[in-house]
Amino acid sequence: MSGLRRSAMALLACLYLAALAAGWLAPAGYAGQFRESPSAPPSRKFLLGTDELGRDSFARLLYGSRISLTLAPAAAGLGILIGAIAGVAAGYLGGWLDICLSRLADLFLSVPWLFLLLSVRATLPLNVNPLESIAITFLLLGLLGWAVPARIVRAAARQLKGEDFMLQARARGCSPLRMLTLHLLPSMRPVLAAQFWTSIPLFILSETNLGFLGLGIAEPLPSWGNLLAGLQKIDVVASSPWRLAPLVLLLLVMACFHLIVPLEDPSR
Amino acid sequence: MNIVRRSTKRPRTRLALYALVGLLLLSEGCSSPARVLEPVTHGELSFCVHAEPKDFNPLMASDEPEELVKFLTAGVLIRMNRLTQAFEPELAESWQILDGGRRIEFKLREGVRFSDGVPLTTDDVAFTLRTMLDPATHSPAADPFRTGKGDVTVSEPGGRRVLVTFPVPLAGVERLFDQVPITSRAALEKSARPAEMSVLGPYRIAEYRTGLYLVFSRNPYYWKKNSDGRRLPYIDSIRLFIQQNREVELIRFMRGEIQLINSIDAESFERLAAKQPAATRDAGRSLESEQMWFNQVARAPLPEYRKEWFRSRDFRRAISDAINRADLARVVYKNRAAPAMGPLSPANHFWFDAGLKIPLFSPESALRRLQQRGFTFSGSTLRDRSGNAVEFSVITNAGNVARERMASMIQQDLARIGIRLNVVTLDFGSLVERITRTFNYESCLLGLVNLDLDPSAQMNIWLSSAGNHPWNPGQPSPETAWEAEIDRLMRAQAVEISTARRKALFDRVQRIVVEEAPVLYLVDKNALSAVSPAIGNASPAVLHPETFWNIEHLYFQGPRRGHARQ
Repeated sequence: MSGLRRSAMALLACLYLAALAAGWLAPAGYAGQFRESPSAPPSRKFLLGTDELGRDSFARLLYGSRISLTLAPAAAGLGILIGAIAGVAAGYLGGWLDICLSRLADLFLSVPWLFLLLSVRATLPLNVNPLESIAITFLLLGLLGWAVPARIVRAAARQLKGEDFMLQARARGCSPLRMLTLHLLPSMRPVLAAQFWTSIPLFILSETNLGFLGLGIAEPLPSWGNLLAGLQKIDVVASSPWRLAPLVLLLLVMACFHLIVPLEDPSR
Repeated sequence: MNIVRRSTKRPRTRLALYALVGLLLLSEGCSSPARVLEPVTHGELSFCVHAEPKDFNPLMASDEPEELVKFLTAGVLIRMNRLTQAFEPELAESWQILDGGRRIEFKLREGVRFSDGVPLTTDDVAFTLRTMLDPATHSPAADPFRTGKGDVTVSEPGGRRVLVTFPVPLAGVERLFDQVPITSRAALEKSARPAEMSVLGPYRIAEYRTGLYLVFSRNPYYWKKNSDGRRLPYIDSIRLFIQQNREVELIRFMRGEIQLINSIDAESFERLAAKQPAATRDAGRSLESEQMWFNQVARAPLPEYRKEWFRSRDFRRAISDAINRADLARVVYKNRAAPAMGPLSPANHFWFDAGLKIPLFSPESALRRLQQRGFTFSGSTLRDRSGNAVEFSVITNAGNVARERMASMIQQDLARIGIRLNVVTLDFGSLVERITRTFNYESCLLGLVNLDLDPSAQMNIWLSSAGNHPWNPGQPSPETAWEAEIDRLMRAQAVEISTARRKALFDRVQRIVVEEAPVLYLVDKNALSAVSPAIGNASPAVLHPETFWNIEHLYFQGPRRGHARQ
């Protein structure tokens, strides 16, 4: 294991620990409004200053990390899992199943999501507590994010199906299940990993957009999505650069994930 | 309103002349704020409109872009002075209200011409009014004229007079004509080719590039003159950039590409003030207020116990007592707003009831009111007499940062008295659907702009049968005694001719609304705008269009201005 990889793992572990220990590290809490100190700069009391309502930005970053670091990978994992099953089934088995799944993925990608999400919002009750809102948000993201990975995995599966090692395994009488689990899926690890890592920031940012439809993380809970939404005004960021902390953290976390799990399989 | 002219050419001695020349040379590269500048009666003024105009027929103006074009190009019989809020003669040199408000007679100004040089006649005025009032035209400007009790008729008794007769007496009838753009048959026929359309306002459309900009040039026959007898307007042309993004608009203003921003939010205002303090204008309280109301619709798909809370005056007033309005104004609006006292803002000089007080912030009083109604506060939860935890949602439109912040602050205020408030942000379409059709909501946080100062213009809000009655629209008959009383008072003021008696009636309406608290008025926002220091005679008002209501009197100070390219 390289030193860089070890450092990335250590950093990520520290971040997770800090997020879990948010209550101890930031006793002010994420919801407390110090209305006498809105938009305050960093100080001993508020390490990263306060937001426009006087809430401790450091506490919000830690609590937001807890939500986003747990649930964005979970949503990405769900999307990739569904996409991998559908893509491998379509690409490896082919035939009518390929046609049906491919058309379904095409249909999924062509559906105007805005209207679908509006319908989803209409069916949900308005009195959803913040914790339920987290579960709903990321479940939706996971369920809606399968089609792109499915198409990519299908293409990879079709390509690998004709490779020599697959023909050799078939010639030796491997069962289809064994071929899939022992030969095909391990060979697709780089594709799946790439999809997984690229999905995480996408899901974190998508969560902000869902907020416009009443489906995002509900106030007063913080998430990286709603913290990043505060960076839209360039001159505000320029005059108070500590507001970039969520973005720096997001980039750091993504770099760590990439370093921990290399996209290229060294065994190949 | 006259511009200040001061001559700088008064050489008395050679020394003074040299000093003057030296100062002029120095001032080539820099400008001093203390310098009194000669008005420049040419140049191009630029500002933004936030959407594409849909129609150039002035009678069909309904949204911001069309209203803006109408204001720049159309002439009206009477105009409300946006600063003094008094009516002033425009195309009509005088008017007379007859038969207790049933008839109004205008006498047209002599010598008024359209921008193509054709004289204005009483036929044109009568044609405009008849076309507008024709139901087939579907003109939004005609809506306030429709009383539902007969037709409005227009006649020309002669002597440059036009007589408008209403089926019933109408209080404050003259205000209706501030919004009626006078045009002609020939002009309306060319409304599809706006550059060819003749107008009576200070500007005419010279060029329109879809999605980019509109250019207006001076109307060479505009009737208004300044005190020196010089024909107005001062500024040669206006370029109206079509720019939806408010952030881009602010950046363009900071770069000097545009010279006006009509309305600006408190946060952007503070950002601008930090960089260009001389460009920010705070005209004090505006007519815009932010408010919250509870759903009181009987058929709403809500649990009965919650409907019972929302219909209780004590519950509503307790929520009102628990909200810290001063904090909302200070934190969310950076002190560019003030706690609201009632349905009207003090910016409505005449109709605002000065006897109303700012609601006191008192969580203790809120809890007392609730306990009197059988609610109990134990631990950190408030429960009703059936043991239901008090929890409800508030919906507001997503993307409105100020409202989202207010909702968060109210959430914390209510948590102090054990109430859990769930904040739900929805796209505007879904929100409107819920508050007007499905009634599937519990409380709503929205803003209201009173564009018309007269209470008669608010009949569609206050009458219990009205579609826009926020908390319980379209009631076949008033469901509560106090709503019946409001109905009676509103109908009485609508036909009362004595302004003093109308005021007394509407004051009573305001007091009932504050006592019963069907709507919790939160803050009155300030009228914030941005005006380049290069513009002279600008006096932003609280009424629309805030910065350029006196467009014909605006002028450039300093060197000649060209237009900024997009």
